Amino acid sequence: MPTLGRALILLALAVALYGIGAALVGGWRGRRDLVDSGRRSVYAMAVLTSAAFLLLELAFLRDDFSWEVVSTHSSTTTPLFYKVAAAWSSQEGSLLLWVWLLSLWSSLVLFLTRKRLRDVVPYATAVLLGFGAFFCALLAFLESPFTVLAAVPQEGTGLNPLLRHPSMMIHPPMLYSGYTLFAVPFAFAVGALIRRRVDADWIAATRRFGLGAWLLLGTGILLGARWSYAELGWGGYWAWDPVENASLLPWLTGTAFLHSVMLQEKRGMLKMWNASLVLATGTLCILGTFLVRSGVLDSIHAFGASTLGVPFVSLIGLMIAGSVALVVSRRDTLRSEHRLDSLLSREAMFVGNNIVLVGLAFVVFWGTFFPLIAEALTGDRKSVGPPWFDKYTVPLALVLVLLSGIGPVIAWRRATWRNARRAFAVPVGSALVTVVGCVAFGIAEHVSATLMFAAAAFVIGTVAQEFWRGTGARRAMTGEAAPLAVITLVRRNRRRYGGYLVHLGIALLFVGVAASTAFQDERDVRLSPGQTTRIGDYDVKYVRATGGLDFDAGGRLEKIDLGAVLDVRRDGEPVAVLRPSYGLYPSRDVQNLGPLGRFFEGETTSEIGLKAGVLRDVWTAVSPDTQALRPIVEKGDKAFMADLPKMSPEQASTSLTLAVTALTQRYARRPPPATFRLITSPMVAWIWIGALITFGGGIIALWPAPDAARRRASARAAARVAQDLGRA
Amino acid sequence: MWIVGTPLRAGPQAAEDAHASEREGLEAARDAKYREIRELEMDHRTGKLSDEDFRALDRQLRAEAVAILRELDGLH
Repeated sequence: MPTLGRALILLALAVALYGIGAALVGGWRGRRDLVDSGRRSVYAMAVLTSAAFLLLELAFLRDDFSWEVVSTHSSTTTPLFYKVAAAWSSQEGSLLLWVWLLSLWSSLVLFLTRKRLRDVVPYATAVLLGFGAFFCALLAFLESPFTVLAAVPQEGTGLNPLLRHPSMMIHPPMLYSGYTLFAVPFAFAVGALIRRRVDADWIAATRRFGLGAWLLLGTGILLGARWSYAELGWGGYWAWDPVENASLLPWLTGTAFLHSVMLQEKRGMLKMWNASLVLATGTLCILGTFLVRSGVLDSIHAFGASTLGVPFVSLIGLMIAGSVALVVSRRDTLRSEHRLDSLLSREAMFVGNNIVLVGLAFVVFWGTFFPLIAEALTGDRKSVGPPWFDKYTVPLALVLVLLSGIGPVIAWRRATWRNARRAFAVPVGSALVTVVGCVAFGIAEHVSATLMFAAAAFVIGTVAQEFWRGTGARRAMTGEAAPLAVITLVRRNRRRYGGYLVHLGIALLFVGVAASTAFQDERDVRLSPGQTTRIGDYDVKYVRATGGLDFDAGGRLEKIDLGAVLDVRRDGEPVAVLRPSYGLYPSRDVQNLGPLGRFFEGETTSEIGLKAGVLRDVWTAVSPDTQALRPIVEKGDKAFMADLPKMSPEQASTSLTLAVTALTQRYARRPPPATFRLITSPMVAWIWIGALITFGGGIIALWPAPDAARRRASARAAARVAQDLGRA
Repeated sequence: MWIVGTPLRAGPQAAEDAHASEREGLEAARDAKYREIRELEMDHRTGKLSDEDFRALDRQLRAEAVAILRELDGLH
């Protein structure tokens, strides 16, 4: 089977290389047959990589440890759910997932555009196949998931315990879908620039792919944040980690592109800016993919050092050089057809929003790569921490949220101050009431948070007003009941109202970020059972320790759980009973850690105890003092070292399990003091609620309008224009 | 391989319509202009534009649409 997998990848590489040639020659010579053949190469690559990915998944599901990647990333005890995800927990598997998703999205876009953009498509096909060939070459020659072990182990290493979280099942495919979908507008932009065809057509053809990429990448980033909050045991959701930042960069430039591209679509403006943005976004996606697997920057999310540096740096260099050359050489065709009519117009707001988003991307880029920049300039590797990022990103985020409220109430082309005053009355009123509320509740000394609440209230006021006025206009036209009018309004104007919901969701998300950052109480405290501590308004009592063992289906010890029962009260009233725990996974290193010690010295995970609420989360994690068990474990190791050679494997396993059980029970009966991290954070839930609303708004904006509705609307506009034609 | 090679077996096909890409571009511009006209109507209905501004902008947009339609007619 591994041989078949390797053959499929080699074949996919050959097909991709052929397709690049066929598409380029077809495009150059105007040969439809060659262009069609090139497009079919993409379909063939999708079939071949699908088969290869299926083989890899089957190897994981069958626990085939003759595959190196399976033996090092799974085990017979890994739950089925995680065996599926384990395929992309490895460097090689994730590369295969990347090229597989790329080939699927590429096939979809080329199928949808098979009768359109016939001069642009050949070059876009070649670019998409170029990415495919690059990743297939990596899989074939540098990081093959189909490597076979000479000696097949009885058992695999298992999946990294930190990755055993449901969001880890979805997080990488979402991120990679975002990255690979952004390759579509990148490829079409290259094609459009080569053919000097920078009109609205290629944008219309790929807009949904750009929006889909933005949506999936954003979802992936949020799932990563959720995983960090629930699994990493430090209590935060964003640490400005290089790999997190790398995924945020294309999302920021992609967001800028989705806004500014509307100006090109409607008015032929910002063509050079849009081309640069979409090319930068595609390049940043490859940079993000590279950072996770290069080891050049330290990150908890990275796969570690690898041999992929040179090929990736070469690809990124080629993308940058090619992009610059294309934009510079096409600058005459990229001139704007119109200028801004007024600074008080939606166009101007979009320009402002783009400047802020690109400014944010620049700050994130600089902070992320500062260690490399500092090392290159001074020889010292220095890094900047969260305070540096916060210093620059907080004011920019404030302006961004504010602009997301101003944009929707300003008309296209030009607005008058009189209309603007009328449009801003409710949103400004909402913001002022919020500021007064912050002063009244005594929280206004947190200036950044207060300003963010006010900006978010402004956006909420704007969006509510837009829905109110839109529904009113609809009812005046049709006499529909209010609920039906809202639904019809959104259905008929999906991009507009979907976009408003995205703005609302982002504003709520930032409210959650601002509140949970400014008003968080955090304590690391050492407690013995019976002791109580105070965090914020809550009293937390360490009631008792817990100890338990998890066994797999085969009866083998999978994990030791050492935990705590915490009684949380507010003003004496019970709020929650929380059970944080600490998972200890056995190491395979018997030689150095000892037969008993290996059960306490392997990988660890933290299962948090969380009382989540709409207004406040109480978050707890425990770190038991396993060193207190050390003397007993060492004594046990000595005894087992002497006795194990005399035992059968079954007797040894039973004895060790009994010893671990006894130690765990002892820990629960007579626990040493444990260290707890206790956090109360207000409004964290609004981050996830805001994300859900953003996701919903994005889906609405993405969803195609029903044909009939689109035809009716276009026919109405056409009829009005036809009147002019008749008069002319 | 059979799938990839199918278009080649059919032999070289006729050259593309020289105006196809220009027509596609104009059709996209026309659809975008219709969308802009609808957006303008929506802005007017939701009170973002005065009647006077709406009339002036609507006239301008429709003139731009007419120009695109004339260009399209010129290709037929």
